[in-house]
Amino acid sequence: MDAILLQILNGLDKGSAYALIALGLTLIFGTLGVVNFAHGALFMIGAFCAVTLQKLLNLSFETLDETQKDFLGNPLKVETPYVEYWFGPEVGATIIDWSVPLAILFAIPVMLLVGYVMERGLIKHFYKRPHADQILVTFGLAIVLQEIVKYFFGANPIQTPPPDALSGSVDLGIMVGFDPNAIIYPIWRLVYFGFAVGIIGAVFSFLQFTTFGMVVRAGMADRETVGLLGINIDRRFTIMFGIAAAVAGLAGVMYGPLNPPNYHMGMDFLVLSFVVVVVGGMGSLPGAVLAGFLLGILESFASTTWATTTIPGINQIIIYLVAIIVLLTRPRGLMGRKGVMEE
Amino acid sequence: MLGLNKKDTSLLIIVALLTLLAPFILNPFPEGSAMAQFNAGYPDLMQRFVIFGIFAIGFNILFGLTGYLSFGHAAFLGVGSYSAVWMFKLLSYNVIPAIALSVVVAGLFSLLIGFVSLRRSGIYFSILTLAFAQMSFALAYSVLSNPKFNLTNGETGLQVYADDPQILQGANSPDLPHLFGLPMRATYTMDVGAWSFDFNAGYYLCAVIMMVVFYLAIRIFRSPFGMMLRAVKSNQQRMNYTGLNSKPYTLAAFVISGMYAGLAGGLMAAMDPLAGAERMQWTASGEVVLMTILGGTGTLIGPVLGAGFIKYFENIFSKINDNVLHSWFAFLPDGLEDAVVFLIHPFIGKGWHLTLGILFMLVVIYLPGGLVEGGQRLLKRFKRKKKDTDDAPSGKTEPAE
Repeated sequence: MDAILLQILNGLDKGSAYALIALGLTLIFGTLGVVNFAHGALFMIGAFCAVTLQKLLNLSFETLDETQKDFLGNPLKVETPYVEYWFGPEVGATIIDWSVPLAILFAIPVMLLVGYVMERGLIKHFYKRPHADQILVTFGLAIVLQEIVKYFFGANPIQTPPPDALSGSVDLGIMVGFDPNAIIYPIWRLVYFGFAVGIIGAVFSFLQFTTFGMVVRAGMADRETVGLLGINIDRRFTIMFGIAAAVAGLAGVMYGPLNPPNYHMGMDFLVLSFVVVVVGGMGSLPGAVLAGFLLGILESFASTTWATTTIPGINQIIIYLVAIIVLLTRPRGLMGRKGVMEE
Repeated sequence: MLGLNKKDTSLLIIVALLTLLAPFILNPFPEGSAMAQFNAGYPDLMQRFVIFGIFAIGFNILFGLTGYLSFGHAAFLGVGSYSAVWMFKLLSYNVIPAIALSVVVAGLFSLLIGFVSLRRSGIYFSILTLAFAQMSFALAYSVLSNPKFNLTNGETGLQVYADDPQILQGANSPDLPHLFGLPMRATYTMDVGAWSFDFNAGYYLCAVIMMVVFYLAIRIFRSPFGMMLRAVKSNQQRMNYTGLNSKPYTLAAFVISGMYAGLAGGLMAAMDPLAGAERMQWTASGEVVLMTILGGTGTLIGPVLGAGFIKYFENIFSKINDNVLHSWFAFLPDGLEDAVVFLIHPFIGKGWHLTLGILFMLVVIYLPGGLVEGGQRLLKRFKRKKKDTDDAPSGKTEPAE
């Protein structure tokens, strides 16, 4: 029982990332009808927002400390980050420590802007072109974004540690009545899961309870009619693209402490996220979220020693296998609506 | 000739001449000169041109004719490589059985995958093929290399070891891939003045095979079968309404293009007897998509051009470094020289993929027909200008009455 619970928990962090990326992909697909292969790159850019902020906060100047001498008798060089100089050592150290959560504030405007520019500058011109062209141009864009990041940050993964207060593990087993040490779980994964749930909730309530969201939903159902009613639906869809980019970016920001960001993390997630979207049902937002968590948990179950000894390598192929089965038996996906991209 | 019309015959002859004379054409600069780094006439690179050309021709039969965008074609290439190396391990280093088996195995494998994937179309088809290819990659990389059943040798890559059976390996036959005793690495270097040209046995084997498969591709393009495939692309629904089942046609196209990919994989292993799982990764599938689009989808010569273009510039761009740039722009004033080099720096060397990505985006946006369309447009413009200049004097000589 506790083993099952542990595997479910283990699947939650990857599942959260899948769900968030798939949510953004589905938003873009549902609103603009564009298949965005550059969405993984947006996830990666989000993660590098955290890296950038961390680097900015750690910008330091050198001073010579006359009280301390190194073994040659020269005064020791001490590096003080500007933040500590400005806000005092205590506050400054805390700010640096909390750089990843702070990066959320930094990432939201950046990602909204990136999404806006991407839609206005490129994707806009591809609405009338076939899906294959959209895939190809966004695929090219993904390569370009990835290479730009590689040029500035190098090819190696960059560590982005979580704040000290959230970096340990917590014994969840005791809280729900299992033996001690049965379920030990890193705190940051819980934070990530909570964060993902928060974002998903925010996106859904934004669509459900605001006028803006209502218009967007109407536009997703019937774009033409909404346009005929005198509503500038294109502008709203552009904003939705920005929001989808921000969702992917935030997923990336918070993912850094789980897995050090490198330039190709986006591509790694992209393929899986597409599979998630297809399993969930193209154009269905709840489907994307559900499939994201389901596949994440399934992957974690397939990685147990029991599963890998029964069927070797099952953890590597399980998601694709599920996708193939779902696509063949239930072509619309788990929660796909009728008439969306059926061909 | 050979059942082709005049235009196709001349195309085939041009391709044949280009491939056969490639050692001359690709080595236009004398050895040791400053421009020698733009020479591409060494065996390894020429082999890659031709092998990726075959791969792209095959991909184009599927994508160019039927419009089904497969994102998993590298899997067939990888399977072909593995089967070829297994032939080396079990039979002998002769390349004929290896290449034959790689085509057959890739054909069977693509029959299986195609049968399942072709039940869906559009983006679902792309994702299904992508999923299958990634699955094959994961299987080849880890699962099929356990000690009990080592089919792929995992991360190291499959290669021939001294204790392999090689039951047909004669005592005198060379210990590396060969064609009835002629090793693939055999190179005859011809020195003409300052120039030196390499004639490599492996390259010529690939070149001859490419001409054969190029001829086959022309025949497919011009056949009633090819017409059916085009009908699938333009309107599958209408085709179904007229009572034709499109599935056998698309499946046949998928298998043919899979066999082309397998052939390319087999040749790759024949040139260098090593097969690794990374050949099956989806980035490799993406590369062949890039080649086909860049060259011109649905055209005969486009994919070959695209493959050559990408492989050539990949090679050249990766070689250029800052020192080379500084020597090129040495005529500029110092500050300006540094600025120019600084601007170009991200796009060269390791930044080649950035250049490729930008180029690819530009082609998709402005030139959906690829290099071939670009060439045609240029030609048209040139012709029109010529016509204008022809018309101009005639206008003068015939004044309005």
